[in-house]
Amino acid sequence: MHSMNTSALVEPDRVHKTVYTDQQIFDMEMVKIWERTWVYCGHESQVPKPGDYYAVTIGRQPMIMVRQKDGSVRVLYNRCPHRGVQLVGNQKGNTGSAFVCSYHAWSFHLDGNVRAIPLANGYEGTRMNRDNPDCSMKRAARVDSYRGFVFASLCAEGPDLKEFLGEARIAFDDMCDRSPVGEVEVVPICHRVMQHSNWKFFMENQLDSLHPSVTHQSTGISAGRVEKRLKAEQGSAPLYYHYLSTFASSFEQWDAVQTINFPHGHGILKAYMGLRPRDPDTLEHEALLKTAYGEEKAEEYLSRSIHHVLVYPYLSVQSPLQQLRCLRPVGPDKTLSEIWHFRLKGAPEAIYRRSLWYYNLVNSPATMINADDLENWTKGQWGLQSNGGDWVSFHRHFGDDRVEGGVTYSNHGTSEAVMRNQFSAWSTYMQAELSREPDHEQGRHHPERGTRLRKPARPGGGDRSHPGRGHPHRCATHRTRPFATYTTRRRRACAGAGAQGGPRIATGG
Amino acid sequence: MLAPALKVGHELQQEVEQLLYRQAELLDAKQWQAWMDLFDVQGVYWMPVQPEQTEWQGSPSIFAEDKLMMEIRMGRVKHPNAWSQAPMWETNHLVSHVAIEAADNQTMQVRSRFHMMELRRDSVRHFGGSYRHSLVRDASGALRIRLQRVDLLNGQAPFDYVLQIWV
Repeated sequence: MHSMNTSALVEPDRVHKTVYTDQQIFDMEMVKIWERTWVYCGHESQVPKPGDYYAVTIGRQPMIMVRQKDGSVRVLYNRCPHRGVQLVGNQKGNTGSAFVCSYHAWSFHLDGNVRAIPLANGYEGTRMNRDNPDCSMKRAARVDSYRGFVFASLCAEGPDLKEFLGEARIAFDDMCDRSPVGEVEVVPICHRVMQHSNWKFFMENQLDSLHPSVTHQSTGISAGRVEKRLKAEQGSAPLYYHYLSTFASSFEQWDAVQTINFPHGHGILKAYMGLRPRDPDTLEHEALLKTAYGEEKAEEYLSRSIHHVLVYPYLSVQSPLQQLRCLRPVGPDKTLSEIWHFRLKGAPEAIYRRSLWYYNLVNSPATMINADDLENWTKGQWGLQSNGGDWVSFHRHFGDDRVEGGVTYSNHGTSEAVMRNQFSAWSTYMQAELSREPDHEQGRHHPERGTRLRKPARPGGGDRSHPGRGHPHRCATHRTRPFATYTTRRRRACAGAGAQGGPRIATGG
Repeated sequence: MLAPALKVGHELQQEVEQLLYRQAELLDAKQWQAWMDLFDVQGVYWMPVQPEQTEWQGSPSIFAEDKLMMEIRMGRVKHPNAWSQAPMWETNHLVSHVAIEAADNQTMQVRSRFHMMELRRDSVRHFGGSYRHSLVRDASGALRIRLQRVDLLNGQAPFDYVLQIWV
């Protein structure tokens, strides 16, 4: 699988259809991207009490995010080391003080370490005994969180979370800074929708400003009609009508909304919805922020121009409306989306309700907006599976974007710089050679024994083990060199606009 | 607690059932305006995510629509470029287990069960669950829907594609 060369599939201005349709490429993406890089698990507030867990899929791996007795959050493989049975069968719950296997009652502490093996003397003289780390649940190699948002990496090496997120950190800053105490709390209801398309369709679509006035015209026009009538009758209409009507903005208006495209494929679509009206609720909210942060800081927080922030390749964060969509790819033509929203701690209820309207109208399973996106992506997937053509075009405004310091700013909102930048990152991930399978040893450890497994020597490098290795929290704060296990090979330049927009790569040595 | 069905006269029971059957037929016939007219002027169509939810506003919902929002949905579906509804689609509703829980001269609480088959392109989806209707009498004495709560049995499972029409 690793030998497949994807370099010929991505050109500066177009990509080959198979990157959306091919099972082998999908499997490679799971290995080289999802099961190596940082993947969003959930928000800390999803697991408030010790023993609270949430089952989450990272790539193809079933994981458990679980709150520890000491308040930290760990991410473990949902697998009993005895015969492989999953230890939690529900999506969420509280497991008490231990995970107990339903098959033979092996039990494990919340940190994954084995607690008890029934009739343990039956293992005498074998390798499976309590002192063997193989008797404990395997852990995600690294776990870290940013402002309450928990991520895990199944690979012990690579950039740390902050570095991976890069400028896309603004997604979480922009959300949390709107709370006078700087924190958000999850609303514990998740909408889940299956997309019958490759995950890339969603990621491209999120910053695609050319599509709304075409795809969403029926809803935009219908909502605009009611909004206009209300304004004529009452002088004003609630903001949520605008959430829908704005989708029918003209091509020219959309063309004026800039995208900013960062390394690692991340990006921002700048604001266009006018979410800072002068109504009493907004003013009350702004006053709270000014009291909390001071006039200047509050103004800085409130005047950020953001509609979406993308954390490539799986997260779309709508920070001004406190919602987030996370992709869990299932197959080349099947992608599960999980849609969450959050309350700003300490902010007025009205601000929550305002964002809730957006959650219900745009992101619910009865959405009048995303329904038409899903239809496009389904038909897109079918089109790409055909022999009607081999390439997908990303030529729009090719060569007409502004690149500064590795960041690509679109001169036109409708530039396909977004997709060019995403594929630049994709190529870098896919062309990196893996020096070994991810998480071969690092996830397994036994701190109590004080032993440490040695990593295989790196080509051309010394011992890169460090004290935090394998321990999610300590490890996560330890700064490792980016992509240290990747043998770096300069990707084929995805020239033009995207040229400098790819993930940063450290040379291995 | 599940309230036992009230013992009501045959006529009232039939009147309520006919309203629910009418609603099912109007939806299947895509007569959106006539369907909306079944609702009182303050009428609300609500599909919560979880059975524990009690208010139609203030928590996440699958549908949470007053008559203005219903009008937007109707206008959108009727638009020639409502892309998601361009492929062939039909529905078939069944309503059963109609129990009147409470009734006075002006208002009524009714629960029932439904099953909806939806044809979309070449596939059929099934949705089942329960309705809870709060009914009122209008000036002419006809029953109107003040609140229709729809609890989908499969509302918390991932949606295989989305819902575009009221269930």
